[in-house]
Amino acid sequence: MSTTLHEPDLALHVEDLTVSYHSKPVLWDIDFDVPPGVMAAIVGPNGAGKSTLIKSVLGLVPTVAGHVTLHGRPYKAQRRRVGYVPQRSSVDWDFPTTALDVVTMGLYGRLGWLRRPGRRERDEAMAALELVGMADFAKRQISQLSGGQQQRVFLARALVQKADVYFLDEPMAGVDATTERAIVDILRRLRDEGKTVIVVHHDLQTVRSYFDWLLILNVRVIAQGPVAKVYTAEHLRQAYGGQIALLDQGTFLSEEAAAEPVERAE
Amino acid sequence: MSVVELLSDYTIQNVVAGAALLGLVSGVLGTFAVLRRQSLLGDTMSHAALPGVCLGFIIAGTREIGSILLGALATGALAALVMLMLTRMTRLKTDAGLGITLSVFFAMGVVLLTHIQGMNNASQGGLDAFLFGQAAATLRSDLWIMGGITAVALLLVAALWKEFKLVSFDPEFATSLGMPVAWLEVLLTVMVALAVVVGLQMVGVVLMAAMIIAPAVAARQWSRRLEDMVLLAALIGVAGGIFGALLSALSRGLATGPLIILSVSSVVLVSLTLAPERGFLWEALRRVRARRRLRYQQVLTTLYRLAVHHDDPVYRSEQGMLDTYHGLRTRAVLSQLERRGLAEWQASPTDEPGPARRWVLTPAGIAEAERVLDALGREDA
Repeated sequence: MSTTLHEPDLALHVEDLTVSYHSKPVLWDIDFDVPPGVMAAIVGPNGAGKSTLIKSVLGLVPTVAGHVTLHGRPYKAQRRRVGYVPQRSSVDWDFPTTALDVVTMGLYGRLGWLRRPGRRERDEAMAALELVGMADFAKRQISQLSGGQQQRVFLARALVQKADVYFLDEPMAGVDATTERAIVDILRRLRDEGKTVIVVHHDLQTVRSYFDWLLILNVRVIAQGPVAKVYTAEHLRQAYGGQIALLDQGTFLSEEAAAEPVERAE
Repeated sequence: MSVVELLSDYTIQNVVAGAALLGLVSGVLGTFAVLRRQSLLGDTMSHAALPGVCLGFIIAGTREIGSILLGALATGALAALVMLMLTRMTRLKTDAGLGITLSVFFAMGVVLLTHIQGMNNASQGGLDAFLFGQAAATLRSDLWIMGGITAVALLLVAALWKEFKLVSFDPEFATSLGMPVAWLEVLLTVMVALAVVVGLQMVGVVLMAAMIIAPAVAARQWSRRLEDMVLLAALIGVAGGIFGALLSALSRGLATGPLIILSVSSVVLVSLTLAPERGFLWEALRRVRARRRLRYQQVLTTLYRLAVHHDDPVYRSEQGMLDTYHGLRTRAVLSQLERRGLAEWQASPTDEPGPARRWVLTPAGIAEAERVLDALGREDA
């Protein structure tokens, strides 16, 4: 492995990234940097490429151009330092398995070939379930869990990865208020421990209260940086176009204004 | 013929052992195919094995099992590849891709079959047995091939257990962990093709798909974990195979392959009906119970509302009024409430005209009605 690090001071560094699907660009010339120890949101309208951005960083979709480094090294060399929470709807929850078993899957990468999860792995998975408030559901069939509970199980699976950088794809989509609260609390705790948390988010209303770093995306990068600087009516209008016409201008002009109800992006 | 005599018959021993091996390998691999929504890929591959069978025969010049199975494996895998390219590179959806591949390969197989039959080659006898299988023709040497394939498949599943599990449940997450997901998926698909090859002799290309799908579907109904599902599917496959083979031996002349399929399918039928939590009967029972509870709660809250409306906790409701309100006879439900001590069938005061007895809520009934009303709208809690 090369000893020279590329942009080692950044938790995530994305440069010139381009992804296309059937020769139609989904992401175009993305430059995106996230410093360590922040909670970053990626927002943008439907089809803006938010999930695709995460997936191309993790090598799940092929890229046409560009490069990505995590703490100075390419993803392949840093797998152990990355945790991933896919969209809840990306799997079939009727799969015959238990909540505890799904969480244990987060440890498969560390176990390597031929080794099976044992008592130690089960204990670790159990501790993660406890952290997300799901210890009582460890032996439950995953098909019998509610949407919010399924999301917590997915979060627990990422927690056992003991990563430095976490990627979450719409973890707050379709969950109840209690679960949303619990998820945000856990993510904040991770950030306070110095981890970096990068979340694809769909609810503009909560961006300012949950996150401290923001990327506004619509195929291209519209704006990025600390939330206070980036969350402006001008930037959101550039990203969302007419969909954001109902926005209250006053919300953005005064600094101390509370987060006003903003039209939901999805 | 008694069962003991049956089991000492050399041919029947071969058939039973072959059927058991087939049930074992297709039960285990079918579980993964079904969970990965690839049951129909098995069907496509088994139909696509027919041209391979014929090509194997043409190349070898005789009905030699090795070359025939190799041919079947080759065209079966080719069909899977074609199908994958069709869906990846064109705008064809999976079901259409599977359908087209299946029929094109099967048509080629039938054309080749009739061509061989027209060649007047004496050794071609019974090549069409591969359509529906000819279990009685199973030789000891075939059993060794089938056993070898089964052993390799089971060893691979045991060694790559957690990888196969994760790839079947969440391939994206598996990729993010650095697992070679594409290779693991190819391996699972090739193993299904191997299972198809094992089954060619026994049940034939047309019915083989059922052998992949049925044990897994039946096992899914009863199991809560992948481990249980694989074991149960293997068990159902083996039992169905042996039962079908014995049945056909007892009733001389009935085809073995279809009997095996029918015995496995009857397990599916029973499982879909009876299995707890997932079975059809279980669902129906749960619905009936829920409806009964709903009606009893409705009548109880009606009594409560009438009492509230008249500002009289011991308001006496008339039977006819309750029947009219609910549009059906509420007598049975009311008697149930009475048995539980929630309502009383009290005599009316003698000076009051009207029916002799009326319904009155007990204090317990009032408490229960309030609990029911309070829980409304918080059903999911």
